Amino acid sequence: MSEIKNVYASQISVGDELPVFVLDLTPRVIVSCAIASQDFQDVHHDKAAAEEKGTPDIFMNILSTNGFVGRYLTDWAGPGSRIKNIKFNLGAPNFPGDTMTMTGTVQEINDDNGEHLATVEFKGKNGMGNHVSGSAILQLAKEGE
Amino acid sequence: MSELSAAELLEKVKPLLNRRVGPYKSFNPVSRTQVWQWCTAMGDNNPLYQQDDKVIAPPTMMQMWTMRDAQGNYPEGSSTDNPYEILSIMEEHGYAGVMAVSYDQTFHRYLEEGDQVHHYSTIVNITDEKSTAVGKGFFVTEIAHFLDQNEECFAEATITYFQYQAPKRPAAPKSSSGPMKINRVAPIENYDNEHYWEGLRQGKLLIQRCTSCGTLRHPPQPMCECCQSTEWDTIESTGKGTVYTFTVMHYPEIPPFDYPNAIVLVDLEEGVRLVSQLENCKPEDIEIGMAVEMEIKEVQEGMSLPIFKPAQ
Repeated sequence: MSEIKNVYASQISVGDELPVFVLDLTPRVIVSCAIASQDFQDVHHDKAAAEEKGTPDIFMNILSTNGFVGRYLTDWAGPGSRIKNIKFNLGAPNFPGDTMTMTGTVQEINDDNGEHLATVEFKGKNGMGNHVSGSAILQLAKEGE
Repeated sequence: MSELSAAELLEKVKPLLNRRVGPYKSFNPVSRTQVWQWCTAMGDNNPLYQQDDKVIAPPTMMQMWTMRDAQGNYPEGSSTDNPYEILSIMEEHGYAGVMAVSYDQTFHRYLEEGDQVHHYSTIVNITDEKSTAVGKGFFVTEIAHFLDQNEECFAEATITYFQYQAPKRPAAPKSSSGPMKINRVAPIENYDNEHYWEGLRQGKLLIQRCTSCGTLRHPPQPMCECCQSTEWDTIESTGKGTVYTFTVMHYPEIPPFDYPNAIVLVDLEEGVRLVSQLENCKPEDIEIGMAVEMEIKEVQEGMSLPIFKPAQ
């Protein structure tokens, strides 16, 4: 695991792409994240119960999606950044055996009373389409602080 | 299932709108253990969260603190009101499916070890009945406020759900062979065009040539439009050409394509035109007349396509 470094406003431009992140959607990822997010709904850990409800397998819960979005953003922006806002739409479920590929692009860079804000558009795509797509506002770390 | 119409059901639940319910409490204060469990499950190695002398919770843990326990209970002191009474009533009236469709979260401050969380929930909007790909139903919007032990709001979220009547359909196939994957629609191959698709599978872009008058034609067709001859053979294209025109697809994002999806009509140097995708080029960099070259790619099993990219 490489060290997570801060990204500064002076280093980025509108249109820059975030590094691609590929998540293997193993049952372990789906179940461990559901439990870590205190979500005990059976469709997130019990395949038979999920099939009973009409889906082919267990699938990732939203809190985990949120967690991976947050991780994706701060893996790029670094420990000195701060997520101010995240909004997203949810689409194709994340089922085990698939992969989710996360991509992102810098849409805006603003100075808000001395705070450097970056707006990032992101999406996480799996074999059936976009699992998650949205945008986030990050307060970037400042050089020398 | 009750006989209420969609409009009657709306009238029934609308008085429940804009009722703030709560608090829904957290079983435990923000702790190193729960932050560690979250970070290890998500693979989040941000050093901010787990410091030697300080623990900061990832902001996206917001909703997790006040989730019910494994038995489905909220901690003592929590409201006994069902925060989703509107959804429950709709469920009783045949709208049994629910999915969250969008989230909008604002984080005001980080939580630290020892903070104690509770939240309040308000259903603020419900739409008329809408028809969607999953069935008919209502979009229901919740606003949740997440507060700390000092009643200070550290995060808030607007969450939209779709409560729907799933159309009757056979249960999903069990023990499916791997995850579902959406593929491109395969072309219909027939006597008149199979040479083209087979050529691509063998790594060649073939253009039809009339053997009577020598005119090239594409897409494949049985007869020469110049001399009406049905005799033909093929030549192999170099795949080099220029963009005659193009369009960029942005929305809706239809799987399995990547978006934005640039579609180009290419003037091949041999003299025929071909529609395909352009890759390795930002939409704003595409220009009419730009030189492009082709690479034949197996986009899925049994289907190879000539995909263009800017000429090197």
